[in-house]
Amino acid sequence: MSTILMPPPDPAVIARKSQIVAALRGALPDDAVIADLEETRAYECDALTAYRCAPLAVVLPRSTDEVAAAMRVCHRLGVPVVPRGAGTSLAGGALPTADCVVIGTMRLNAFLDIDTENRFIRVQSGVTNLSVSAELEPEGFFYAPDPSSQLACTIAGNIAMNSGGAHCLKYGVTTNNLMGATVVLSTGEIVELGGPESGPAGLDLLGLFCGSEGQLGIVTEAILKILPRPEGARPVLIGFDDAEIAGQCVANIIRSGVLPVAIEYMDEPCLRAVEDFAHAGYPDCAAVLIVEVEGSPDEIADQLARIRQIADALNPVEFRESRNADEALAIWKGRKSAFGAMGRLGDYICLDGTVPVGQLPHTLRRIGELSRQHGLEVANVFHAGDGNMHPLILFDANQPGQLERAEAMGADILRLCVEVGGCLTGEHGVGVEKRDLMTSQYDAADLAIQMEVKDLFDPGWLLNPSKVFPLDSSASHRSRAAE
Amino acid sequence: MSETLTRDDLAPASESDLTGLVADCFARQRRLRIAGGGTRVEMTMNRPRLNTAGLSGVVTYEPGEMTLIARAGTPLPDIQSMLAAEGQALAFEPPDMRGVLGTEGTPTIGGVVAANASGPRRLRAGACRDHLLGVRFVDGQGRMLKNGGRVMKNVTGLDLSKLLAGSFGTLGVLTQVALKTLPLAPASATLAFHGLDVTDAVRISSQALATPFEVSGAAFRDGAAFLRIEGLDRQVAYRRDRLAAMFGDRRIEVLDAGETARLWRDLRDVAHFAGKMPLWRILAKPGDAPAICTALTATGGQVSLDWGGGLIWYAGPGDAGTVRAACHRGHATLIRRAGLDGPAFPPLAGKLAALSAGLRQVFDPAGIFNSGLMDR
Repeated sequence: MSTILMPPPDPAVIARKSQIVAALRGALPDDAVIADLEETRAYECDALTAYRCAPLAVVLPRSTDEVAAAMRVCHRLGVPVVPRGAGTSLAGGALPTADCVVIGTMRLNAFLDIDTENRFIRVQSGVTNLSVSAELEPEGFFYAPDPSSQLACTIAGNIAMNSGGAHCLKYGVTTNNLMGATVVLSTGEIVELGGPESGPAGLDLLGLFCGSEGQLGIVTEAILKILPRPEGARPVLIGFDDAEIAGQCVANIIRSGVLPVAIEYMDEPCLRAVEDFAHAGYPDCAAVLIVEVEGSPDEIADQLARIRQIADALNPVEFRESRNADEALAIWKGRKSAFGAMGRLGDYICLDGTVPVGQLPHTLRRIGELSRQHGLEVANVFHAGDGNMHPLILFDANQPGQLERAEAMGADILRLCVEVGGCLTGEHGVGVEKRDLMTSQYDAADLAIQMEVKDLFDPGWLLNPSKVFPLDSSASHRSRAAE
Repeated sequence: MSETLTRDDLAPASESDLTGLVADCFARQRRLRIAGGGTRVEMTMNRPRLNTAGLSGVVTYEPGEMTLIARAGTPLPDIQSMLAAEGQALAFEPPDMRGVLGTEGTPTIGGVVAANASGPRRLRAGACRDHLLGVRFVDGQGRMLKNGGRVMKNVTGLDLSKLLAGSFGTLGVLTQVALKTLPLAPASATLAFHGLDVTDAVRISSQALATPFEVSGAAFRDGAAFLRIEGLDRQVAYRRDRLAAMFGDRRIEVLDAGETARLWRDLRDVAHFAGKMPLWRILAKPGDAPAICTALTATGGQVSLDWGGGLIWYAGPGDAGTVRAACHRGHATLIRRAGLDGPAFPPLAGKLAALSAGLRQVFDPAGIFNSGLMDR
């Protein structure tokens, strides 16, 4: 049993399945529509696997026009639409309902234009995050946002969730690297937002769309800002025997004027799991930081010398530099295998609340207390430079009641993040997972105006319904839309 | 145009004063002209001015978190000196428009956000909106609202902060903004190339911006192109030498940190186009800049470039139709009218216009906020 409720599907829509599927088949190529239950089941969940529901049908369009055609059918017949990238959402952003049509972007996978003179790449939105940088490599450029699911996740999903990654301390998140988007609205209308020009002509609708979790439309093409590849990058590992001092080191580095590309943090439970799994040779201590800087060999040496000076003042148990590519890989090895290592320990929930960097020590202490209180182990591994925590709550899904306990503890942690001045989610999105916690961060009026904006873009509330906004809060909007 | 406080000014002293006042104006359909320092936009609307000077003061500044929270009416110079004392700055370099507009107030941080005011470093560091972490604002019905927060990564709900940035007081009255601050680079230098035309200048910028040397300014003025580099001492020396070597066949003048600071402040503030001609701000694809500039200068007047050609300033006599037609796919905003009539902001068409109008209806249903300024 799980604790997140979805409203019952509309039986009238389900009853019309054959009519809906026929209309979709009439508007799209045959192989673009999947209606067989065995096949639709492949789309029953995303990476929040505790929640599953096969959709009514799945549509896999190859062009903006096909997305628009599918959307027009759903709009005309009053069918909810759940947009889906690669299905890597940890928040249930792509979780279907039984009365919905999933519109997947996986076949929108063409690279349309690389323009190094104007520093952008134009892609269909279903290309994977990593493939964008791979495509740019021969040109000496890259695309900066690098969520850890980058091998699988799509640009469409990145835009929907405003994804970040390890390197956003220097380069920002998706919204800072997105120049334009072609979007299909709930009516099937196609709109171009932004473009290769250096800013919008009027209101920043692109900024509104980015991170809107499929509530306002589906992005089918994107213009992404590209950056020249740095000459080189090198990490250092700094171990501390006190988690709080590790947090202090993060703040001191940031204040110093050196701007690393990444500052990653791993706590003792995480280090233990990683050591057992990956044998990365990390020091046995309370907390480890991995700090990465970029530039020419000289520039790197200069920045690392400054970081060493800052760290040394705090008596680290170890300051490990990497002298070559192999040693650099070894430093990253444990961090990169952290989630895999945790997976071996059992089931886990991964949260991503963000806190002000100065609140990291306090937050970590309180998470430790909550861990003891709920009787579940927590490991912390996160992007420390921007306070984006990733507490992993470990539990056993086969033991009755453990998922619920883990979810309750997760809710406590997220409320704590808000309490200390942070937010519920830094990069995973609200989805269904954090939907009902929104009232801890926002007052009724703050949510109301967001829902009024959705009313404008999606008057029928057909797009990704029952997500992001607490069901109680959205009830009146949904029922008005249904009339 | 002087924007001194007059008896007609409404100057609420707190957020609750402001919500009461706006609710009252909403009920009575009484239109307002919202202004911070009144330095960034020529406003010709004849209606009571809502002044944010009473909502002033820094709420929090945490250098170690690179976070500033300030009430909207806080004077920008106060914030800049507070940050500078900690070796930090607003990396998006908000321009001071008083020189070119002949305005006299004191710029406020709320005005910076409302105008999404961003200077030369936008090229590398992003615009004001990229540094905006959250806002508090009052909508057109007098609702006190907040969006975003104070942390750099936040996808909790719809990002209305981005909408408020650059909405020029048409969607709400900002009462508080949270911004990311960044360390000031300890060293800087500029490479200056003389005797160029626009095509040359854009080509040099594009080549320089394709290097990993983190060029943080790429501008063109009066036949000279400028590339700014910033960073730690050794970084700047290294980058300067590498770039100079790259353009070894051209005569390059290197400007030191002091000269760099003065030059880029002037470029930021478009000091070279102070005067009486209409002044246009044009956002374009950098590669389109040469053709646009050719079309513009054919009508008389002068152009300068920023953001590697992505921002074109045009001071000249061309009428609005000619200027907008010359912009190709880019878009032009009339910054200084100097007698020119017509909309200052680029007119929108089709669904974009409908969505913008719809958003104004959501945020300001009675149209009491700076209505008509952008597109209504």
